[in-house]
Amino acid sequence: MSSLRMPLGAARPGRRSAGAPSSWSRSDRIGVAACWAAGILLCLICAAILIYMMFRGLQNLTPSLLFSHPQASLNQSQSGGFLDPLIGTFVLTTMGIVIALPIGIGVAVWLVEYGRPPWLARMVESGVEVVAGTPSIVLAIFGLLLFTQNIFGFLSFTAEGNAVFGRSFFTAGAMMSLIALPLVVGGTREALLAIPHHVREASYAMGKTKAATIRRVLLPGARSGIATGATLGMGRIAGDTAIVTILLGASLQLSPQGGVPILRTLRGTGGTLTSYVYNNSPAGEGQAPQKAYAAAFVLLLIVILLNFAVDMLGGRRRNAGWTK
Amino acid sequence: MSTPLHEPPPPVRRIVVDWAPRVVTPLPSGNGHSPSMAPSPDAPTVAFPARTTKERMRVENLTVRYDRKEAVRCVTLPVRQGEVLALIGPSGCGKTTLLRTLNRLTELTTSASWDGQILIDGEDVHALEVTQLRRRVTMVFQQPNPFPMSIFDNVAYGLREQGSKRPGRAELEPQVADALRRAGLLDEVADELGKSALRLSGGQQQRLCIARALAVKPEVLLLDEPCSALDPRSTATIEDLVVRLRDEVAVVIVTHNLQQAFRVADRVGFMFLGELVEYGEASQVFGNPRAKRTRDYVAGAFG
Repeated sequence: MSSLRMPLGAARPGRRSAGAPSSWSRSDRIGVAACWAAGILLCLICAAILIYMMFRGLQNLTPSLLFSHPQASLNQSQSGGFLDPLIGTFVLTTMGIVIALPIGIGVAVWLVEYGRPPWLARMVESGVEVVAGTPSIVLAIFGLLLFTQNIFGFLSFTAEGNAVFGRSFFTAGAMMSLIALPLVVGGTREALLAIPHHVREASYAMGKTKAATIRRVLLPGARSGIATGATLGMGRIAGDTAIVTILLGASLQLSPQGGVPILRTLRGTGGTLTSYVYNNSPAGEGQAPQKAYAAAFVLLLIVILLNFAVDMLGGRRRNAGWTK
Repeated sequence: MSTPLHEPPPPVRRIVVDWAPRVVTPLPSGNGHSPSMAPSPDAPTVAFPARTTKERMRVENLTVRYDRKEAVRCVTLPVRQGEVLALIGPSGCGKTTLLRTLNRLTELTTSASWDGQILIDGEDVHALEVTQLRRRVTMVFQQPNPFPMSIFDNVAYGLREQGSKRPGRAELEPQVADALRRAGLLDEVADELGKSALRLSGGQQQRLCIARALAVKPEVLLLDEPCSALDPRSTATIEDLVVRLRDEVAVVIVTHNLQQAFRVADRVGFMFLGELVEYGEASQVFGNPRAKRTRDYVAGAFG
């Protein structure tokens, strides 16, 4: 009965414009209120984190922290800033996404445009899901096992007695790419699926091959989706700690290996903002919570900026499109 | 079993061009792709006047199946330059399938197969590479679908070979401008060829798609309900364009809109349940249809 009256109540002019009409049953009204409260609660939690981190961060952050090398010292006036971890975060993120992008795009293109035989496509899909669901600590342990094999010695450095160290920006970046990979695949896939079939046919109808269609029409059309996936993936890489601790060494400073200028940094160990925060917080060695707050604030800023970029890209995608 | 026809199957008019049309009764059995050619006694005989127009394509006994279901049955039809051919008929009658088979686009659907013969300038389409055929028989779709690139690149897309030597912009510029002019779009976009094609309005996008299809200098232009997503004003522009194009390219247009078919077409083919029921000059098909079902459809009785 109440459901019959509802549209009448809603349509009557001058009645309340929003919210639950009085004809709704009690359980419906409680449900709506609960959903509403859940949304508000999430906003409050988010705001609490942001405001607290901003307060603590701005309290402790000084420009010199961003531009000075960290030093191992118990005296906080001498332990320096977090330039090295900051560079480490950028290097590792770049490394991971550079590996993840071509593989992820390739996987997504194959899944959407070819995907035959179907059982193989299903297997690839579940493979991506498994990678997405694997805890990064598991990836890190597996990576360590893999990259300490002698064959991968060139990626890190080989100690005396032929033991491969296995920890470097290369090895950590390779494992980090697995964290970004599902997001790149997902973003590319969604974007390709959003391109209507008749756009592909229009290209075939011009006498173009499938390869040319993918290269010249579909990938440009999926650009913003790919960028969204990549940006999300970069955020995940920047925020991961386990792989940094195990596969990058989580050292305070960058410690290059060998003599070739850029290669020596990539083959060497280092740390990122996440490992820096961890090591300086009371959970780690607990020496300098102030610096941990400052570094955490910078990390949060980086991730928020990446998410902001995602929103911008997503907004552009919604505006330019085809009719299905 | 083949096409689920009504019980008993109605007589259908099967047209053999330049012959007198005959009404045939399709065999109710499963070997349905070769209906009896025996003329039914009440079929009026009408001779087609010989045209001076040039025949570019010819479809002979074309049957298209999706799995085992026949979507187009035994259609024989000429496509001529100098006149606009409109295919009309109710939804699902096979007119779009027929159109898409002309440049072998149905073959992208894995369940589809066709037999019969399609000739382009007297040559069997199977003798051609499919990409070659599609450059000679281009198509414009129901929804405007410019590619996500600049206006210039959209038109140049078909001109650019995939091979190692790609023609430069200076080389392509006159051809692109010419295609845009033929599609009646040049004046509107001459200053912004570098702008993204997706920023254009729907009508402009559709004319861009026509320009894109014309740029490769095709012999036949296929239009699949090109105006169904457009407002009346853009529709009128496109219709004018279609009529003007008929002398340089053979035009086949599929449309739901009978007024549109009447406005643009010189010849009209009426399809029903996969068969070409009637084919003739537009004035005759609309003014004095020979088959009862054409009469009913044109009068708005069904569809």
